[in-house]
Amino acid sequence: MSDTVSHVAHHFDDADQQREASTLGMWVFLVTEIMFFGGIFTAYVVYRSDYPGIFAHASNYLDVRLGTTNTIVLITSSLTMALAVYGAQSGNRSMLVRCLILTMLLGSVFLGIKGFEYWHKFHEHLVPGPHFRFPGPDSGNAELFFSLYFAMTGLHALHMIIGLGILTVLTVKARRGVYGRSYHTPVEITGLYWHFVDIVWIFLFPLLYLVGRHGG
Amino acid sequence: MSEEHLVPKSVYFAVFAALLALTALTTGVAFIDLGRLNAVVALTIAVVKAILVILFFMHVYYGQRFTWVVVGGGFFWLGVLILFTMSDVLSRGWLGFPGK
Repeated sequence: MSDTVSHVAHHFDDADQQREASTLGMWVFLVTEIMFFGGIFTAYVVYRSDYPGIFAHASNYLDVRLGTTNTIVLITSSLTMALAVYGAQSGNRSMLVRCLILTMLLGSVFLGIKGFEYWHKFHEHLVPGPHFRFPGPDSGNAELFFSLYFAMTGLHALHMIIGLGILTVLTVKARRGVYGRSYHTPVEITGLYWHFVDIVWIFLFPLLYLVGRHGG
Repeated sequence: MSEEHLVPKSVYFAVFAALLALTALTTGVAFIDLGRLNAVVALTIAVVKAILVILFFMHVYYGQRFTWVVVGGGFFWLGVLILFTMSDVLSRGWLGFPGK
């Protein structure tokens, strides 16, 4: 028990209370994140209800194979993150470190594929701005779709990059043996953040990639 | 205050399998023309996936009641944001204005 007690700050009764306070605090932050992404999701809903046809048409210029692959990659990274937390909770340091590294690898693969998609869009002149050229009709509203696409996926990718930074710090500390059965709150709340970013993508994928697949 | 719950690994693998299956389902269904139902089905599947992640990967299912309140409150306000905005946007043409 002595090693448990050393991690408890003086204003908490015990380690459980401290851990639950941290989890709750992380959730309060994630609620602000829900509202932050909520604003741009609302913008998407408003404009899609105004221009359903052109949103469906413009969506078909995204690569559904790459989108699906990235969805699978991100879901798998959520699994490895959950297993990293399991490793920490059960005091299995090598499992923790291996799963953290796997999560970072999968996160990097996601960003690599995303980067390739962005590069492709630049190449096809589908990036909003002076060089935007849409081969179909109603170019202005298609540009609106791509503005939302880059804003939503860009903010999501930024969250992933921040997540990779946090995971790097966690991995270094985990290798030193900082986290174990009695103290692993940083691993747990980083997991909450990583899963939240996964959830954002779970909604972005159908809204951006799948809107116009039927009756294309 | 509850003791920390160690979620069995089998739960994580089951949730992972469900998430993969639902991803395959949503992608497949997107290519079938269901009219207005396409959007409903896609969003329903996304919500189910999100709930699975929140309850099991994020341990809310095993967590304290107060976490449920905070998480539920967050999504309630997201609903308010979208529903109230859309009730304005969609009803704008309903009433005529004198001189317009």
